[in-house]
Amino acid sequence: MTNRTVLVLLDPADEVRSSVLELLTIGRALGRVEAVTLEAPSVEALAQLGAHGVETVHQAELPAELRGDARHLSAVVAEVLAAAVRRTDADVLLAPSTFAAKEAVALAGRALGAGVIIDAAGVAEDDEGRIVGTKRVFAGAWDTSSRVTTDVAVLTVRANAVVPQPAEAAVATEVEGFAVEVGAALPTVTSRTEKERDADRPTLEEAAIVVAGGRGTEGDFGPVQDFADALGAAVGASRDAVFEGWFDRYVGQTGVTVAPRLYVGAGISGAPHHRGGMQASQVIVAVNNDPEAPIFEICDFAVVGDLADVLPQAAEVIRAHKAAR
Amino acid sequence: MRIVVAVKYVPDINAERKFADCRVVRDPAEGTLNELDENALEAALQIVEALPEGEQESAEVVAVTVSPPEGDVALRKAFQMGVHRGVRVSDDALAGSDYFGTTAALAAAVRHLEAEGPVDLVVTGMAALDGLGSVVPALLAAELGRPSLTFAKTVAVAGGALEITRETDEATETLTAPLPAVLSVADTANRPRFPNFKLIMAARSKAIEELSSADLGLDPAVVGAAGARTETTAAAPRPEKPEVELVQDKGEGGKALAEYLIRNELV
Ligand SMILES: Cc1cc2nc3c(=O)[nH]c(=O)nc-3n(C[C@H](O)[C@H](O)[C@H](O)COP(=O)(O)OP(=O)(O)OC[C@H]3O[C@@H](n4cnc5c(N)ncnc54)[C@H](O)[C@@H]3O)c2cc1C
Ligand SMILES: Nc1ncnc2c1ncn2[C@@H]1O[C@H](COP(=O)(O)O)[C@@H](O)[C@H]1O
Repeated sequence: MTNRTVLVLLDPADEVRSSVLELLTIGRALGRVEAVTLEAPSVEALAQLGAHGVETVHQAELPAELRGDARHLSAVVAEVLAAAVRRTDADVLLAPSTFAAKEAVALAGRALGAGVIIDAAGVAEDDEGRIVGTKRVFAGAWDTSSRVTTDVAVLTVRANAVVPQPAEAAVATEVEGFAVEVGAALPTVTSRTEKERDADRPTLEEAAIVVAGGRGTEGDFGPVQDFADALGAAVGASRDAVFEGWFDRYVGQTGVTVAPRLYVGAGISGAPHHRGGMQASQVIVAVNNDPEAPIFEICDFAVVGDLADVLPQAAEVIRAHKAAR
Repeated sequence: MRIVVAVKYVPDINAERKFADCRVVRDPAEGTLNELDENALEAALQIVEALPEGEQESAEVVAVTVSPPEGDVALRKAFQMGVHRGVRVSDDALAGSDYFGTTAALAAAVRHLEAEGPVDLVVTGMAALDGLGSVVPALLAAELGRPSLTFAKTVAVAGGALEITRETDEATETLTAPLPAVLSVADTANRPRFPNFKLIMAARSKAIEELSSADLGLDPAVVGAAGARTETTAAAPRPEKPEVELVQDKGEGGKALAEYLIRNELV
C-alpha cells in the first residue's frame, strides 16, 4: 500500500533537523510524504524538504491569541496535527520522540481515534498493510513489535532510527495555509525562553556520537568535552553529574534517550536509570577506574583506568589520525 | 483542597523485567510503585503542607491506581508517604489497555471521586518507568477537560491557581492555570520523603477502596485489549552482547581506546 500519505511534523520550520530528515526517509518507504508546520518555513528549509520529496507543506494559521508562546503547547500542536491529518486524509503521522511531540501526537491520536506508538525505533507495514512500530524496551533488553489496528497510525520515532537519504528526484515544495481552531482548556504561558543550541556541537538527541561524563569526572568536564570535540560528538552527563551542577543535560530514562552509533561513558557507573536511556546505542564504550563497574556488562569495549589520563590520550591519537587523512 | 495522585504499579527497574505472551510480566514479588510517581506524591503532599492552617485539616490526598490487585503494593507505599486514601481500579476487562484505555479508567475514577466533592488537582509522575510513554498526563487532562501543566520542575499553588516552571528540550517556561488542573511532576522537582515509623505502621491497616469498570460505568469497547488501538505482536529478549573487550590502562589505555574506534570506523 504505497499510495499512503505520510504526514511529518516540522517544528521548528526555520531549519530541517536531522530527526525530520529521518522521518521523511521512513515516510517515503511507506508512501507519499507531506509536512505540517506551525510557522513559515525558511527558504533553506523548503529547498531541503524538496530534496527529500515533500511537495506540500501545510502551514497552520492559528487564532491571534495562540500565535505567540502558546503555540508551543502540546494541546495546540495536537489540534494542528489532527486538523492536518483530516485535511490531507493522511494514513500515517510521524513526529520525533521529544517530550513535547509525544504529548502532541498522543492528543492528536485521541482526537482522531487513532492508535499511537511512542518511541518507535523502526516503522514498517505487515502483510495486511497495517503499520507496525518496533521498540526497544526495558533498558534496551527487549525488542517488541506493535501493530496499529486503526486506519490512521500515529507514531513518534526516536533519532538515529535510520540514516537519512534524499529522495530519488527532488520536487518543488509549496506551502498551503489552513486555519485551525483550538477548543482545549489551555494554561497560560507567562514566560518562555528558548534554549540556545550549541552551534559547535551536535545536539544530544540527534548526534551520531555521544560522550557522557559522570560522577567520576569529579566536576571537571574538560577531558570529556575535549574528547567529544575530537570525535565531533555531543556531550551528555549522568543525572548525578547534572544534580551536582557540573553539566546541564543528562542521558537516561528521565533525561534524554539516545541511541547513537557510538556512546562513550566516562566515570559513569551504569545505573539502570542511565542504561535505560543509552542501551540501544549501536556501540558502547566505557572508561571507568572500577573493574567491577556495572556499565562494563553492556559494553563492547572498555578501559579500566582514570578518565583524566585515558581521554586526553585518546583525543590526541584521534586528532592525529584525522589530520593524517 | 482535594488532590488525586495517579500512581502506577510497575516491574522493579532493578529486577529482570520480561514479557510473556506479549504482555509485561507483573510478578508481585518484583512489582513496585513507579519511582517517578513518588515525585508526584511528594508534590501533592507539599502542596497540602503549604496550605494555611485550617485548610490543611480538611485537605485530602487520594492515590489512585489502575492495576490488578497486586498493585496494592503501590498504594501501600503511597500510604507510607502520607496520602489519606487509596483507590484501585481493577477489572479483567481492563487488561491489555492502551494509553487511551488507561486514561479512560483514570478519568472515570476522578469523576467518581468528584461525585463526593470537587477534585482541585490531579497529579501524575512524568512517565511510567515500564513503558516510558509520558502521555497519560496530557491525555488525562484532555479527557477531564482541564488545562495540562506537565513536566514541572517547580510547583506553586496560590489563590486558586497553579503555577509551574519547566525545562523542556527546547525552552524554559512558566505556565499558570486556575484550578482545577492536571499537573505532572518531573524527577527534578523534589526529593521524595522517606516514610517515618508512624506512617509505616498506619499504612498497614488502611483500607484500599476497590472499583470495577462497572462501578465506573466504563464502556467495555474503549478499555482493555478489546478497546486497544495497538496490539503488541512480538516481544523477544535481545541477543546477549559478546564479551566486552576490557583493557587495563597501564599508560596506553587511551591509545587502545582510540585504536578500537579507528579500527571499527567510528572516527
Ligand atoms: C527516579 C530516578 C530517575 C533517574 N533517572 C536517571 C537518568 O535518566 N539518567 C541518569 O544518568 N541517572 C538517573 N538516575 C540516577 C541513577 O540511578 C544513578 O544514581 C546515576 O546514573 C549515577 O551517576 P554516575 O554514574 O555519574 O555516578 P556513580 O554511580 O557514583 O558512578 C561514578 C562512576 O565513576 C567511576 N569513577 C570514579 N572516578 C573515576 C575516574 N577518575 N576515572 C574513571 N572512572 C571513575 C566510579 O568507579 C563509578 O563507577 C535516576 C534516579 C532515580 C531515582
Ligand atoms: N495504570 C495507571 N494507574 C495509575 N496511574 C497511571 C497509570 N498509568 C500511567 N499513570 C500515571 O501517568 C504517568 C505517566 O505515565 P505514562 O504516560 O504511561 O508514561 C505515571 O507517572 C502515572 O502517574
